[in-house]
Amino acid sequence: MLDINDLRVSVDGKPILNGLSLHVKAGEVHAIMGPNGSGKSTLAQVLAGRDSFQVDGGTVTYDGEDLLTQPAEVRARAGVFLAFQYPVEIPGVSNAYFLKAAVNAVRRHRGLQELDAMDFLKRVKSEMKAVGMKEEFLYRSVNEGFSGGEKKRNEVLQMTLLEPKLAVLDETDSGLDIDALKVVADGVNRLRAPDRALIVITHYQRLLDYIVPDYVHVLANGTIVRSGGPELAAELEERGYAWLAKAPEEQAKGVTT
Amino acid sequence: MNAATKNIDSFLDREYSAGFVTDLESDSLPKGLSEATVRAISAKKHEPAFMLEWRLEAYRHWLTMTPPHWAQVGFPAIDFQDIVYYAAPKQKKDGPRSLDEVDPELLRTYEKLGVPLHERARLAGVVAVDAVFDSVSVGTTFQKQLAEKGIIFCSFSEAVREHPDLVRQYLGSVVPPGDNFYAALNSAVFSDGSFVYIPKGVRCPMELSTYFRINAQDTGQFERTLIIADEGAHVSYLEGCTAPMRDENQLHAAVVELVALKDARIKYSTVQNWYPGDKDGKGGIYNFVTKRGDCRGDRSHISWTQVETGSAITWKYPSVVLRGDDSVGEFYSVALTNNRQQADTGSKMTHMGRNTRSTIISKGISAGHGSNTFRGLVKVTPKAENARNYTQCDSLLIGEQCAAHTFPTIEAGNPSARVEHEATTSRIGEDQLFYAMQRGLSAEDAVSMIVSGFCKEVFKELPMEFAVEAQNLLGVSLEGSIG
Ligand SMILES: Nc1ncnc2c1ncn2[C@@H]1O[C@H](COP(=O)(O)OP(=O)(O)OP(=O)(O)O)[C@@H](O)[C@H]1O
Ligand SMILES: [Mg+2]
Repeated sequence: MLDINDLRVSVDGKPILNGLSLHVKAGEVHAIMGPNGSGKSTLAQVLAGRDSFQVDGGTVTYDGEDLLTQPAEVRARAGVFLAFQYPVEIPGVSNAYFLKAAVNAVRRHRGLQELDAMDFLKRVKSEMKAVGMKEEFLYRSVNEGFSGGEKKRNEVLQMTLLEPKLAVLDETDSGLDIDALKVVADGVNRLRAPDRALIVITHYQRLLDYIVPDYVHVLANGTIVRSGGPELAAELEERGYAWLAKAPEEQAKGVTT
Repeated sequence: MNAATKNIDSFLDREYSAGFVTDLESDSLPKGLSEATVRAISAKKHEPAFMLEWRLEAYRHWLTMTPPHWAQVGFPAIDFQDIVYYAAPKQKKDGPRSLDEVDPELLRTYEKLGVPLHERARLAGVVAVDAVFDSVSVGTTFQKQLAEKGIIFCSFSEAVREHPDLVRQYLGSVVPPGDNFYAALNSAVFSDGSFVYIPKGVRCPMELSTYFRINAQDTGQFERTLIIADEGAHVSYLEGCTAPMRDENQLHAAVVELVALKDARIKYSTVQNWYPGDKDGKGGIYNFVTKRGDCRGDRSHISWTQVETGSAITWKYPSVVLRGDDSVGEFYSVALTNNRQQADTGSKMTHMGRNTRSTIISKGISAGHGSNTFRGLVKVTPKAENARNYTQCDSLLIGEQCAAHTFPTIEAGNPSARVEHEATTSRIGEDQLFYAMQRGLSAEDAVSMIVSGFCKEVFKELPMEFAVEAQNLLGVSLEGSIG
């Protein structure tokens, strides 16, 4: 479903991703871990189409098509979803309005009928219950004044509403209490399906107890330095990242699954 | 240039759709201003002697004045002898007696602008319209239905002829002829405008509206609007404006006076979309307007709401004088400047009565090389016990080359006054755009949504029908169909 080959990305002339390769098949869940500043969010945002990053080389194909030439909204409509590490506030725009606009933009693209206000509210209220959000959040401005955890729940809500094919969750578990963590994991697990793929960026083994990934990758200095199964996460939890940095060359080949 | 900036640019680059010219023969005075011009205008309108005297006095006063220079706007000096002070579409008789006699070409112009004047073409009884074309009113709708309630809604010229006592009593009582340079000029040469009188205890059953259109070349528009709400009366009034695209600058110097007596309520809304000039700042309307409301009676209430997207230069400070005890003044404004547009706007609240309250909410949006200045004055006179004001002034910048300035002034002459002021400046964020687009929204919808969110507190003050127009003007789709 997603093939990243030798991706090189920089910002203001400063290289961030240095020849990163990753292959994700439908139905799989990949976890990406790695030290602060290693380029995890950069990868996530480049996949989602943020144009403040400069792609210097490499290719990304999604569903057989070149992803990098498509604008962000086209990717979103084609099923690429990013749960932001830092969700953005939009003052004065109600969450309900924003969500409805997003859902209908995606539905239009998929040839489905747009939801009217009634149907949308029914749908969104039931999903909100599932992620443990009170209805008042519908009428507040998008993410404005939301607590850290509330913002993350709102990301999960959007993910479940938009039913993406490829969802990238960037530290959606950071700053969550145990209950919220379960909610997030539950949302992700409900979304798991043979025709969907998920990339979960996290610093904590804890999340991976709930969302058991098929593969775990370690990103360091803009490239994947090691890949393995769920047991790799446990090892990292125990040993940290330092031991990996010792032998970067031999690990830096990229992984094919 | 990245995609987000490109998107913002294309959003801002939309053409001015009201920029066409109507081909009509017009009956105009030659360019230039003298006592003879003033007399000629008055004669063309068959005005009573008091009116001519009033104009001449204003004209003589104007001669002694100089144009103001304190506003944060720059433009070459205006040659007041190079302007046509009166232009009217040629009519068979003195003026149309009813809409059926209005030149069909004119009706088509208004239809094209989205203001159909035929009553049957409009939703039954929603809005009564007075249409002002260059210097004269071309027709007022729903006059009969309004007259049944004793409401007077007509062109200013008609009011001078038919209701001279009311005009005499109230004209200039809020904005005296010598108030400022442009008000004096307007008082001397004003050609037409709307007049509204709502009798005691009457709530006007529909929105009243005037649509101003500048068509003729080199023409100034000097309209005069006077609205009087007698004791306990309520009225909501809307004003809309457009002009063709022309390379020269055109002057628009209006005066609006509102009088609210005891327990009366006036809501005045403007959607101003005068031609702003082209990208390089060529052409466009100079919009120098004096708008003031007088809360003359106790518990009276005056509210100004404006959405300003047009004009090359806007110089405008709708104000309220809070004379009556417990009276309330409000000002809600959205001003957008793009390209080389300059806006210096704001509001003045003068608290004189006891327990008077005022609110100023100003939203300035600057894009391109636009410059947006907010000027607020809250004045509390010594006798105004317990005056309260809340001022909020927010600026949104789109792009790197625009500017926003804020000049709040507070003169608290009574220690019991409570005056609050909040101001913010933010830039439309690349991160906000990316977030919305990541959810599938087009860049255009994303910008619209962010701008409309920014303006929400003002839009919700507009009458429904205008809110839609205002949002469209800002290129935004209607928000709030749910939630
Ligand atoms: N716009 C930018 N300008 C300059 N440097 C940037 C920019 N965006 C990212 N970087 C740099 O790129 C590097 C990778 O950042 P990124 O956010 O991808 O890290 P991360 O792996 O997600 O880290 P964390 O675990 O802390 O979230 C960092 O050194 C960061 O400072
Ligand atoms: Mg990150």
